[in-house]
Amino acid sequence: MSKVRVLVGTRKGAFILTSDGKRDKWDVSGPHFAGWEIYHLKGSPADPNRIFASQTSGWFGQIIQRSDDGGKTWHQPGTPPGEATTAPDGTPKAESNKFVYDTSTETGAPLTTHQFYDGTQHPWEFKRVWHLEPSLTDPNTVYAGIEDAAIFRSTDGAQNWKELSGLRGHGTGPKWQPGAGGMCLHTIILDPTNPKRIYIAISAAGAFRTDDEGKTWKPINKGLHSQYIPDPNAEVGHCVHHVAMHPQKPDVLFMQKHWDVMRSDDAGDNWKEISGNLPTDFGFVIDVHAHEPETIYVVPIKSDSEHFVPDGKLRVYRSRSGGNEWEPLTKGLPQSNCYVNVLRDAMAVDKLDECGIYFGTSGGQVYASADAGDSWNPIVRDLPPVLAVEVQTLK
Amino acid sequence: MIRVVLPQHLRTLARVTGEVTLNIAGPVTTRSVLDALEAQYPMLQGTIRDHTTRQRRAFLRFFACEDDLSHESPDSPLPKEVASGKEPFLIIGAIAGG
Repeated sequence: MSKVRVLVGTRKGAFILTSDGKRDKWDVSGPHFAGWEIYHLKGSPADPNRIFASQTSGWFGQIIQRSDDGGKTWHQPGTPPGEATTAPDGTPKAESNKFVYDTSTETGAPLTTHQFYDGTQHPWEFKRVWHLEPSLTDPNTVYAGIEDAAIFRSTDGAQNWKELSGLRGHGTGPKWQPGAGGMCLHTIILDPTNPKRIYIAISAAGAFRTDDEGKTWKPINKGLHSQYIPDPNAEVGHCVHHVAMHPQKPDVLFMQKHWDVMRSDDAGDNWKEISGNLPTDFGFVIDVHAHEPETIYVVPIKSDSEHFVPDGKLRVYRSRSGGNEWEPLTKGLPQSNCYVNVLRDAMAVDKLDECGIYFGTSGGQVYASADAGDSWNPIVRDLPPVLAVEVQTLK
Repeated sequence: MIRVVLPQHLRTLARVTGEVTLNIAGPVTTRSVLDALEAQYPMLQGTIRDHTTRQRRAFLRFFACEDDLSHESPDSPLPKEVASGKEPFLIIGAIAGG
């Protein structure tokens, strides 16, 4: 029988929630890495027992953790080349937290500057890993989206990391700027039909695409309109919050921007707005039904000044027409006195026949729907603020 | 023998419960203590000093013998009480709620 494993990153640790295919009874394990911010966890599609986690702290910096047994045990996977993987007393060695921008003349790009909050130029500084995206086919390959914005790749199970510096160095970097959360690369999407194509998104720079496995990149922001930047139609500078894709239609992308919900039908070359009848088109998450490429989900947030759901009502909005026409999904969700937020990586879907939808809130609830959003139940109610939710569908 | 007190999260990361003890052959300085600490517990690399700049992370401080040594040169000799093991070298996380 199928199982579902929900990976939850919070401000104070990671939690792993498991259930059988009915999804009505859940086991909760955690906190893992108690007290640390867990920006993201994600399992390898090629080896579901391999899970990568970004563990970070304002005090102690960045740690990468890896589990090879489905989250039961964890270790830092890095070891200097040629050395034993453990110290004499059995403790693991690690350099897996070593994210250094590639400034080498052979493969790197000069460490230039980006725009800071006050409009001045500011040098790139590594702060944390926002998103980990395991390869679709190789359990040892994983991508990391980091702050200050850049993309790194490991091909040895997250032991050593190398920047794909063509993104940071491609030329528009001086126009990128941090959003309130920092200048983060938060979205990485691998095209299942074209291994050379990767999409990424940065707050606040926009979306970018490579068609040569990360060597060269180009902005894909045509059609985005952002009134909060000097040129609302600029090539870069847009605060993209999240992008989603259905694997059966890899050229179709859905975007939740700072304001506006957008859609592209040509791999990001052109975008059009699909906000339609949403009560507000500000928000962070967006995701696609596992089996219906034109069914998408967002959680509207009141505004960029008030990061909570409007009218005290937690409502997921679903469009079955690829946008523009949206219906509120409220059954089982609080419809009064609710003022939570749902962050950009905090929604995911499972692949069971009846698609399950999951999201976590700033109030520490993780809600699940086993019927594509028609009804919802909280799996847990009182976790620390949720930063990320990912789902694994297990045989 | 040098005694080092780590903040809780770094003790967890290093999988130790109490003080850490180090043996240092040469001069006992902040740099030599941290070098020895990271050699003995490689998982702490990058958590106390930045990988690239080797600068102390902003929210960490170094104390010993009731003195704040955070802004001393990393190559200055530490107090003889630390070098002798009478007093520990303290790595302290900045106090902050949340």
